[in-house]
Amino acid sequence: MKDFGFGIKKSGVIDLDKADFSLFKEIAEEEPSFLHCFYCGTCTATCSAGKYTGFNLRRLQLLVKRGQLEEVARRISECMLCGKCQWACPKGVNTRHIVTLVNKKLHARKIH
Amino acid sequence: MRERFIDAYDPFVIPYMIGYVFVLAYLVVALVTVVKNLPVSDRKKMFRHLFSYKIFITIKDIVADCLLHVKIWKKNRLLGYMHSSIAFGWFMLIVVGHIEIFFFAPHRINLPYYPIFFRYFMMETETTVGGSVFFFLMDFFLLVVLSGIALAMIKRIRRRFFGMRRTTRLKWNDQLGMYALWCIFPLRFLAESFTSHISGGGFLTRGFGMVFDWFNQFMNNDALIRPTWWAYSIALMVFFLTLPWSRFTHILSEALLIYMRNAGIRETSKNNGYAGVEIFSCSRCGLCLDPCQMVSAASLRQMASVEFTRNTRLGQKKKALDAASYCLMCNRCVQACPVGVNSVQLKLNLKGSELKYAYPHRYDYVEAADASSANASVWTSILQEGERTAPVSSESEEKPEVVYFAGCMSHLTPRIEQSMERIFEAAGVRYTFLDKDGGICCGRPSMLSGDRAGSEQLVAKNTEAVLATGAKNLVCSCPICYKIFKDTYKLEGVRVLHHTEYLLQLLESGRITVRKSSLRGVYHDPCELGRHSGIYQQPRDVLYRLLNLHATPYEEKDALCCGHGIASDMPYKKRRMIAKDALQKMTGRPTDVLVTACPSCKRAFAEIGSTRIKDIAEIVCEQLVDPLRTERNGR
Repeated sequence: MKDFGFGIKKSGVIDLDKADFSLFKEIAEEEPSFLHCFYCGTCTATCSAGKYTGFNLRRLQLLVKRGQLEEVARRISECMLCGKCQWACPKGVNTRHIVTLVNKKLHARKIH
Repeated sequence: MRERFIDAYDPFVIPYMIGYVFVLAYLVVALVTVVKNLPVSDRKKMFRHLFSYKIFITIKDIVADCLLHVKIWKKNRLLGYMHSSIAFGWFMLIVVGHIEIFFFAPHRINLPYYPIFFRYFMMETETTVGGSVFFFLMDFFLLVVLSGIALAMIKRIRRRFFGMRRTTRLKWNDQLGMYALWCIFPLRFLAESFTSHISGGGFLTRGFGMVFDWFNQFMNNDALIRPTWWAYSIALMVFFLTLPWSRFTHILSEALLIYMRNAGIRETSKNNGYAGVEIFSCSRCGLCLDPCQMVSAASLRQMASVEFTRNTRLGQKKKALDAASYCLMCNRCVQACPVGVNSVQLKLNLKGSELKYAYPHRYDYVEAADASSANASVWTSILQEGERTAPVSSESEEKPEVVYFAGCMSHLTPRIEQSMERIFEAAGVRYTFLDKDGGICCGRPSMLSGDRAGSEQLVAKNTEAVLATGAKNLVCSCPICYKIFKDTYKLEGVRVLHHTEYLLQLLESGRITVRKSSLRGVYHDPCELGRHSGIYQQPRDVLYRLLNLHATPYEEKDALCCGHGIASDMPYKKRRMIAKDALQKMTGRPTDVLVTACPSCKRAFAEIGSTRIKDIAEIVCEQLVDPLRTERNGR
């Protein structure tokens, strides 16, 4: 195709029939509190890394649940593991464990 | 003394000799493996230690810890007697046995089995002085060992008798070794008693031998003598053969552990030789079980340190990793360990080697943050201003006296920050609040998760920011930050203080004054501030001026953990169980307020809601005789 110097952005549609839910299932199994999240955004409000970047745990959880693993991999390295989100969470979600688990699982999948 | 047999040999020595040669071979192989796994610098340290004067300290430590078990004596006398009677008694039996050989049969010194079966091969009437002295000594130490074995048996049946709520559950390899050990000395006693009418014996063996003689007049044979010696020899063999796979490996490795520790070697990585020696030195005595709050309050017995070392040793990586990632790193087990196994560091090393990142962490976004944008924080602007002003830093009066780093956790408990700010103002201290509008993490949480590289990046960035302020004192409110600032950061010319230390300084120098309230308070030592950093006295000195502090059984080194150790993967429910249990234990007596010095502990206990929880800074702030306020009120 001829290069016109611009392209059309891929559409943001997420096809849930084709999405990869394996990561979500694995994490939910190892850390059941993952399912308790009700997206209140307290973690995002307290996040130390979120002050500087677009990183936030609420989004991360949503991305994992939708199976958008490339986006997760791009974002996850910004977490400082300070654990603030964990103490702030009103539902007792083990957020720090989720971050380390996501890291481990993505590493095993070689999604870089 | 005369020899009974010219050839000085009997077939029953064969089992013992098999065990003996096996243990020697194992020792050599183990030592070579350990040294091979050490880094070169540590090998040099090990070699140098042999020729330094410190070797005498090492010898003293080995005698005190391996033989006399002084550390266990200090904790529990009955348990101390049990351990030292077996270890020291057995050691003395070996030593006196060899002295006997040296005196009476020097030509047999080359036979390793001779001192063990001495009473069978040599005969003596107890009328000679030399003979009776040795008879007495040998019988005395045999009695000591037998009493220890009896206590060990009682301990297995009724551990409450020893003040222990829990002890280790043994697997078959440990049981085999333990039963063999239990058999060795009673069998030796029987064998020597049965032989005593020929070879003589002391008050114990001859005394029992006489009873045996009385039976002997009906049976008129010595049929029991050789079978008991055989049984004794076989028990020794079984014990020696199971040694490398049982808990009793610590008999060999503990001395090496003390030697290496005194030589300055530490468990720097998972596969470092010292770490291996530590794992093998764990005797599974179970003394770490009762202190562990995961075991006592959250029924997570499989996560205890003793299970961690066992699983590491057996190569059960999954289980070991689970135990490591659940651990709260409160150091209570390390405090309790009589051998000095630093299981927390071992867990940390394991976590570090297992932690995998999809990406290496990158925190370059901190510098990229734009000072003028809405997102910019004081942290970034200070960093950038600091960089600009750093070369012209000669005017010292413009620099702040103190740089205050509240830390992520204190941001969740804003009262601590507010109190500190008010105290700074009341004391007239020029200060900079480094992370007032959100800073970056100090790096300790990621370090505790085993992520050294990520932690180093954060450390570098914070170092830059702190040095840029030009202040001479760094005050932290969070013990987690304090620990890493103090130990890992290289802050030239900056004193790192926790706010408890700083408050005491202010009080002592009279820059702030407080009045005493009538509240009854209890102080809770945070793990990171107490056991990890050794700060016990300063907060108490501050609190004595503020309220009626009364003691709990959980003071200083015995302090409880709040269950909210930052790097643990423990579910929230279990953490809450631990917090609740700890709070109940500490507030047994009527208490108005529980004072702590850690935002994390404060949050953990405050959630339970049964007692008022306050940080030490809040209490100081409340009781402050504030010159500014009295002026403002203007009366």
